[in-house]
Amino acid sequence: MTAILLLEQLLNGLQFAMMLFLMSAGLTLVFGVMGLINLAHGVLYMVGAFACAIIAGLTGSFWLGLLASLVAAAMAGALVEVGVIRKLYRRDHLDQVLATYALILIFSGGTRWLFGAFPLYLDVPQILSTPVNLFGLLDYSSYRLFIIAVGIAVALGLYFLIARTRLGMRIRAGKSDREMIAALGVDIRTLYTLVFALGAALAGLAGALLGALQSVEVGMGDSVLILAFVVIVIGGIGSIKGAFIGALLVGLVDTMGRFLLPYLFALVLPPDSAASIGGALSSVAIYILMAVILIVKPKGLIAANG
Amino acid sequence: MKKLAIAVALGLTMSAVSLQLLASPVKVGMITTLTGGGASLGIDIRDGFMLAVKQAGNADLSVVVEDDARKPPLAVQIADKMIQREKVDILTGIVWSNLAMAVVPSAVAQGKFYLSPNAGPSALAGKRCHKNYFNVAWQNDNLHEAMGSYASNEGFTKPYILAPNYPAGKDALVGFKRMFKGEASGEIYTKLGQKDYAAEIAQIRASGADSIYFFLPGGMGISFMKQLTQSGIKLPVMGPAFSFDQGILKAVGKAALGVKNSSQWSKDIDNVANQAFVKSFNSEYGRLPSLYASQGFDTANLILSAMKTADVKDADAFRTALLAANFDSVRGDFKFNANQHPIQNIYVREVIEENGILTNKIVATALENHGNVYASECSL
Repeated sequence: MTAILLLEQLLNGLQFAMMLFLMSAGLTLVFGVMGLINLAHGVLYMVGAFACAIIAGLTGSFWLGLLASLVAAAMAGALVEVGVIRKLYRRDHLDQVLATYALILIFSGGTRWLFGAFPLYLDVPQILSTPVNLFGLLDYSSYRLFIIAVGIAVALGLYFLIARTRLGMRIRAGKSDREMIAALGVDIRTLYTLVFALGAALAGLAGALLGALQSVEVGMGDSVLILAFVVIVIGGIGSIKGAFIGALLVGLVDTMGRFLLPYLFALVLPPDSAASIGGALSSVAIYILMAVILIVKPKGLIAANG
Repeated sequence: MKKLAIAVALGLTMSAVSLQLLASPVKVGMITTLTGGGASLGIDIRDGFMLAVKQAGNADLSVVVEDDARKPPLAVQIADKMIQREKVDILTGIVWSNLAMAVVPSAVAQGKFYLSPNAGPSALAGKRCHKNYFNVAWQNDNLHEAMGSYASNEGFTKPYILAPNYPAGKDALVGFKRMFKGEASGEIYTKLGQKDYAAEIAQIRASGADSIYFFLPGGMGISFMKQLTQSGIKLPVMGPAFSFDQGILKAVGKAALGVKNSSQWSKDIDNVANQAFVKSFNSEYGRLPSLYASQGFDTANLILSAMKTADVKDADAFRTALLAANFDSVRGDFKFNANQHPIQNIYVREVIEENGILTNKIVATALENHGNVYASECSL
């Protein structure tokens, strides 16, 4: 193990964290502002990836695909909010879970019906397909650096949006007192649709960005959704800042765990059982992290709404 | 003399007819993965199986298909329902070894036949082999053994090997190492269903390996290949057919060109049954078959061949008929080992581009008439 390998793994962890942040930002916004548990968030991730793969396949341009993923996911999000979610705000969480779970089934079934069960092809854009040399030390995928940059840009953009704009002020107001902001004449319904579409667009963006690295197929959002929930539970449900910190923690712990745990076990065990036990333990590392954090801070690291 | 010949011929036809009439109908329950991750594998198995059923046109054979969504508890539920309510005679279809381990032991213990069109976990090949369990595809280790042997022959000395952390993944790396002469430069077990391999790729880069062997079926392999290409690592890549098969080559893209992969089947195996299968599959479904489809096709034809000579209600006779494997496998020569797993050739294929479509071509025979090492532990 060398310092260069460690550096590369840190970058990998950071890139994973940025992807998790894109996913969980929308989830935590929707929960924080509307009090809604949205299991269908992973579906929007899939919608983004499919839109990107299809448009990139038709036009040959990844960037148009990326734009399409934002538009398609935001539109799907807005449609879902107006058509289904709007009726759920006053219902309890169990109804919301049931209805949004049904949305997963409907979207997955519909996507399979439209595009088939075979994975689609989506590759990274030409300009980012070759690795770059970092500090003369290591070659690192330029596309992964791009994802890190997008993640940081989105984080800054969200911070600016929520802290400095009128829309952000309304979102914050909606979080702390729904009735009051409605009484003050803010069109709360449109605000909700906007927030939901924004979260959906971020999930779609994550799907498109990751789709180029992974396989674009039905059901691709399911495992990401679970991770996104872990992130927002760790970070404190409803807090964007919490989602960012949670994403960093989960991304780094998961990546470093996968990398370091087998090494640690190899000190005391034969290599193949070390690989096996290390592998098994690293796949639950983030859940152990979540449990520990919840014991110490039951509301997550940054508890929203005081 | 002529009269005698006619009488004999007539008698034979009559007995064939009466056998056909006496035979009880056979009901097959297929549990396979049709939705969610890995659905393309189950769909290919089903489509290959149903193609053979359709071609045979045997009204005595009926099939019920259900989706396990790659979830072991769901597969167990479906199996119980198929055995108790649907009263199936034969179960088949499971793609994944962890699901097979959950379903097969209890199904065969209840007197049902189980014919595996894919998963071949080592546990079911050795001590826990069962007279009602047949594997029509391969024992899990097989394709990996073939690649281990091939890697040695090609002069690789330090491969980096990785597989998911589940029964078939362990069988994979054990199988590879069994036939590879030398030490792997490193091995990793990844999480089943993992999509990001940045951490693993970094380790491969740092390990000084001279080649990579990976077993990551379905979407996992697509992700790994894409990420490996982008990382700039230019090591020779080897794998079993699962990551380079027809269904997913399109999604992997040109990154797969030139990759060597091991398979017991390939669309260019030259025999009549195979050529007919490739052609009819393509015209029925509008795509080229995968090895999964070929396994489904062979499984159905094995059942159909047994139905010709035995009644499924007479379990011993039916078992003997299955064991005879008296059918034209698309793989060419096919027979069962003592533990009811195949003895067959395993080839090395290379990914090539043919008329604008990525596909595979056989470049070598890695192992001839290869069985499996667990047969000696099986008491059958």
